[in-house]
Amino acid sequence: MTDRPFPPARYSLLVVGSGPGALQLTYSLRRLGVEHAVISQDSEPGGMFRRWPIFQRMLSWTKPYANHERGSTAYERYDWNSLLGDDDASRAIMPRIMDGTSYFPSRPEMQRGLEAFATGTGLQIRYECRWESTRKDGDDFVLTTSDGEYRAPCVVFAVGIAEPWKPSVLDIEGVQQYGQLRPAEQYADKRVFIVGKQNSGFEIASGLLPWARQIVLASPSSAKLSVDTRTLVGVRARYVQPYEDWALAGGVVILDASIERVEPSGAGYAVHTKSPADGRQLVFEVDDVIAATGFVSPLQDLPQVGVATFGQSRIPTQTPFWESATVRGIYFAGTIMQGSQGMRKHGIPSNSGAVQGYRYNARVLARHLAEERFGHKPEQRRLRSEEVVPLLLSEASRGPELWHQRSYLARVIGVDSDGGITDEGIQPLAHFVDGGGEHDGVAITLEANGKDDPYPAVYVRAGGRLVEHLMGSHPLLDFEGPEYQSELSGVLSGVLGRAPATRSAQ
Amino acid sequence: MDVRDDVVDILAGFALFADLSTPQLESLVETFGEETYVEGDRVLRQGLTGSSFYVILDGSASIRVDGVDRASLRAGDYFGEISCLLGVPPTADIVARGTLRCLVLPAQELESFLVGHPQVMYRLLQGEARKVRTTTRWLS
Repeated sequence: MTDRPFPPARYSLLVVGSGPGALQLTYSLRRLGVEHAVISQDSEPGGMFRRWPIFQRMLSWTKPYANHERGSTAYERYDWNSLLGDDDASRAIMPRIMDGTSYFPSRPEMQRGLEAFATGTGLQIRYECRWESTRKDGDDFVLTTSDGEYRAPCVVFAVGIAEPWKPSVLDIEGVQQYGQLRPAEQYADKRVFIVGKQNSGFEIASGLLPWARQIVLASPSSAKLSVDTRTLVGVRARYVQPYEDWALAGGVVILDASIERVEPSGAGYAVHTKSPADGRQLVFEVDDVIAATGFVSPLQDLPQVGVATFGQSRIPTQTPFWESATVRGIYFAGTIMQGSQGMRKHGIPSNSGAVQGYRYNARVLARHLAEERFGHKPEQRRLRSEEVVPLLLSEASRGPELWHQRSYLARVIGVDSDGGITDEGIQPLAHFVDGGGEHDGVAITLEANGKDDPYPAVYVRAGGRLVEHLMGSHPLLDFEGPEYQSELSGVLSGVLGRAPATRSAQ
Repeated sequence: MDVRDDVVDILAGFALFADLSTPQLESLVETFGEETYVEGDRVLRQGLTGSSFYVILDGSASIRVDGVDRASLRAGDYFGEISCLLGVPPTADIVARGTLRCLVLPAQELESFLVGHPQVMYRLLQGEARKVRTTTRWLS
């Protein structure tokens, strides 16, 4: 134990966690030369994927074969599970680990992939160091841990949103939660009532279909399906089988009803429900009640330090750069980043709750911390005006940050007062749109509206005024053709302050 | 008290939802998302597409047109409905004044929600009528 890194001390930056969010962040910070410490209560890397999903297969896919070379940046669009390395050995790890039986990795494969990334890149983490409490002392935060006190003026919490939550109506002995289920075969011939119609509820129902005598899925509002919303909002196709069973009257019951009360009844329970549509009341006699009613973030005493949270999951309210909106110096990584809601255009949330979304956020956050907290100012690439349109359209066609984080992350180009053009890299779109800024610039992202194919959205800031320009979609989602070049050149001609940039390319 | 119960209790006191039963309010809380903003955050952005319908649960907000504050909104007020109903970008920014907590429904879901809850549609219509009346008085 004497060679464990990062003993209790004062550090300029402290990261808490060892799930994929923390792994991506510490990797990205090291690549930028930012010294920091990492502590985790776990004994090995992987976070919640060391245990869940409970039915042992991921909900996010990795396509071993795609139209782009494995390991290339463009390939990341098809590989939702690998973390992002800078060298061949640490890139596209998941397709090398998966056994080919499914394009959804098994949970053990995901765990091995995360371990391979952590080991292969030599990440340093102090494991089995449990964060217990937090207080403010001058400019520092003081974290009491099982190993002693850590001090830092800046702390990033990557502790997940994996603490099952249930409403008080289900606060009755024996009601199970996600993570407390018995082995599936022990539900053989049982009547199971699942409260909640989101992915966790449908995952449980899918897993119990071969065993349970009857399954009821109930919550007040109707189930949404991702194939209808064309986003990750709604039940994913992998878990839709119970829905089809219900639709074909196969025995599963999917009910829009509020749970009035649950009471013991014989060896099981009586679940009293009421329809929001017509007030009809039903009572279900069942053997098991399972609460699939969501998760909360284990923030411990951070609210007492001043961290504001919102919603049922009690997620911290955050700035576009994932800093607590109410306590400066406290940041978040991993799935908690979904608390930085961004533009939410058409009501569609970011994918920051999933690996394929927050792995990019982590890179942006690492750069932000390096610049804002440590004074690292990476040299920005200067661009010639004729390079701008091809670069932006290439990003819209193949940039994985834009594909996975639509209307959330954007590729940004800055234009100085002297006409100099710089590539400002990937930034939160909300920062570009709402952050203002003194100089002119352009941001491009991909946008989805929940019903059509995604399309490029361009935001141009010139003379302090911001204008949105939405481009049309393309049946092959290729936005690099001459019509797109011509259109974008016209849109940018004013801000670039010179002849249309792609005239020579057409 | 559960977070959900907290929201249901708040909504039960709003005129817009005064005709809904508790199960209907619970369904509404599941259907709508919840968002929280801090001082200066823009909730609606003037001239940008893709906005939603909002109901203020707690806090207040400014209606800001071309950078000038014109009016304020408070708990129980709603905004974004005109943009959603007409499919056009908002004509004003809505800016949080301090902590602002809202329920939000995407524009594409507003029609089915209102059709499914005609009592809310009628209350919303009354609200729009009051706005037209106020504007007419102001113009005359």
